[in-house]
Amino acid sequence: MSSLLKVENLYVSIDDKMILKGVDLEVRQGEIHALMGPNGSGKSTLAYALMGHPKYEIVDGQISIDGVSLNELEPDSRARMGLFLAFQYPVTVPGVKVADFLRHAVTNVRNPNRKEGEGLIPMREFRAELKSRMDELGIEAEFARRYLNDGFSGGEKKRMEILQLAMLRPKFAILDETDSGLDSDAVRFVSEAISRLAGPDMAIIIITHHERLLEFNRPQLTHVMLAGRVVERGEAALAHELHDQGYAGVRLRHPEAAAEEQEAAAALAGKQPVLAK
Amino acid sequence: MTTVTATSTARPAVATGFDEVALAANPTRGIEPVWLGELRQTAFAAYQKLLKTPLDPEEWKRVDLRAFQPSKFKIAAASTTPAQFKTLLESRAQFAGVVSHVDGHRVESRLAPELAAKGVLFGGIGELVAQHGELLKSKLMSVVKPDGDRIAAWHAAFMTGGTVLYVPRNVVIEAPLYSLIGLDRSGTADFSHTLVILDEGAQATLLEETASTTDNAPGLHVGAVELLVGQGARLRYVQLQNWNQHTWHLAHQVGRVARDASLQWTVGGIGARLAHIHQDVLLAGPGASAEVNGCTFATDRQMLSYYTQQTHQAPHTRSDLLYKDVLRDQARVVWRGMIRVDPGAQQTDGYQRNDSLLLSADCRVDSIPGLEIEADDVRCTHGSTAGRVDEDQVFYLMCRGISRYEAMHMIVEGFFHRIYDRIAVEAVRETLSLAVERKLGIGV
Ligand SMILES: Nc1ncnc2c1ncn2[C@@H]1O[C@H](COP(=O)(O)OP(=O)(O)O)[C@@H](O)[C@H]1O
Ligand SMILES: [Mg+2]
Repeated sequence: MSSLLKVENLYVSIDDKMILKGVDLEVRQGEIHALMGPNGSGKSTLAYALMGHPKYEIVDGQISIDGVSLNELEPDSRARMGLFLAFQYPVTVPGVKVADFLRHAVTNVRNPNRKEGEGLIPMREFRAELKSRMDELGIEAEFARRYLNDGFSGGEKKRMEILQLAMLRPKFAILDETDSGLDSDAVRFVSEAISRLAGPDMAIIIITHHERLLEFNRPQLTHVMLAGRVVERGEAALAHELHDQGYAGVRLRHPEAAAEEQEAAAALAGKQPVLAK
Repeated sequence: MTTVTATSTARPAVATGFDEVALAANPTRGIEPVWLGELRQTAFAAYQKLLKTPLDPEEWKRVDLRAFQPSKFKIAAASTTPAQFKTLLESRAQFAGVVSHVDGHRVESRLAPELAAKGVLFGGIGELVAQHGELLKSKLMSVVKPDGDRIAAWHAAFMTGGTVLYVPRNVVIEAPLYSLIGLDRSGTADFSHTLVILDEGAQATLLEETASTTDNAPGLHVGAVELLVGQGARLRYVQLQNWNQHTWHLAHQVGRVARDASLQWTVGGIGARLAHIHQDVLLAGPGASAEVNGCTFATDRQMLSYYTQQTHQAPHTRSDLLYKDVLRDQARVVWRGMIRVDPGAQQTDGYQRNDSLLLSADCRVDSIPGLEIEADDVRCTHGSTAGRVDEDQVFYLMCRGISRYEAMHMIVEGFFHRIYDRIAVEAVRETLSLAVERKLGIGV
């Protein structure tokens, strides 16, 4: 039976500032969802909260997979339950080789009950698998020996995220702006790679501002966030509209959220909030 | 009126375990040559004098010796029961020879017969001084001076045990040699002396490790290391300091690199309550080069201090020092580095760098590089960095199913990676990695 990721009435704060204000989301294994919304609407916050970032405090609500709550779980346990986030800004870890890192990651995700110090998956098997995934993604073999994201270009970092996705084969993958900062050839490449990875065993939540990534990966459902809430849901046509016309229509249809957005932006800029009339 | 006699109370007096009586009672005294006895007398006189002279503040002002009580320690007689050490290095490679000392007494000594046949000497200092006194006389305490400073004088006066390696001209030893300096009984002072002599064109690798039998027996090491690398010779020397955390480690260590010779010297600092190492590299002949690696991991209330000097005495010499420290809990690390270039040592290339990774809020590192250059055509640079573990790195790794403990281990290993890459000996890399892992296991 396919798994279900469920987010119910989620409130999340950062440094006591409420960012998410009651988010609901249901994603079933095998589905593709688009998560859209203007900058600062809370998309990355939702992604981090799902993964269990220590700075993002769940104030209220539930995150669960098949009824098992994730709220109190550490990020590594969530990963072992099949959750994956391709970072908007992948982190550099100097001195840690891509291959060593991936071998640990793959071992843990495939043997969720592995204890520290227990054996890793056999080297030969791992090398062979890594090589085929890298070949498929057009990643040069020397990447395996480089330090994780150290000195990588923007495009290389995004490819490294996709490689990790391909190796870990999660049940639920969140791709946070994996297409931003890439030229159109690279976006097309990533888009095709994702469509090859997608299938009945993997759900993909695509956070994007563009349509390109959705071209090969048609979402069943598009969610639109504004000021920490999901304000609209629709089919592919909604993503289309947003792409053509931006978020003006969404703001008009949701004046309260739009006002909150403006307040937050003003506060960030250090100004007095301009009250909506 | 009262007469105050004890005027300079701040100056330490000779402790009972290290007075004239103790000097005369030194267990190796009876069998050693006259010249060594004389050397001890000279050093003891210097020690008494130096005890009344303040320690060089440049070297010692950051090292807190207030809790150090030499009177709690004494040189021990040979033990009758064998000691068991949980060594890190010993089982990791095929060694061409092994010398082990426990509480300053040699308990094991062996060398591959084919090397012995080529004239290689590898054994305890006691018997080698007795058998090859003429060879060693001009070398022992030649670069660590018996009146150089308080620690060197103290060491020279009471020197007991230690490993000597002599490799004759053009003899190349492929497999590494192993030396263990062990402390077993509580309150024992180890005054072991490591002496390595490579004649012209010789090559060798010596891996040395210090270890304690228990986790809580207090110990003292007042040691010296002399590495004499002859013309065109190549020496790799590793000293992994892995005492228990109740041991005081004070050492004066000097490597002298002759013309066209090279020295790779790696220092691992894992154990000890307080360690202070004065480490000098002398680039003595044109074309000499030295690479110095330091890899330290201090936890709890440990204090590890390094005073390193790279002295370029000849033109066209090269030195490259890289120390990497990891600290946790309330640990302290001090690194004071100095590159000296003598007048006339033109066309030298000197480099020093110290990077620190801080794993807790309460640990502290003092990292002070320095240059003293008296030649004008040189390239000398230094660098020093200190940083904390980036929580974003930990989170990123954890998002891939890696536990916090494993993530910390990876980040620390990653931090040491540049050192590991420089150490060509697999056994040393593995050992350091294992030592790091064990230490991370405590309290994490
Ligand atoms: N680490 C942080 N500390 C404080 N505020 C943050 C942090 N990350 C995000 N925010 C705030 O949370 C809101 C949502 O940001 P984010 O989730 O990054 O939006 P999006 O990904 O949709 O652009 C913004 O107002 C942003 O300023
Ligand atoms: Mg974002």
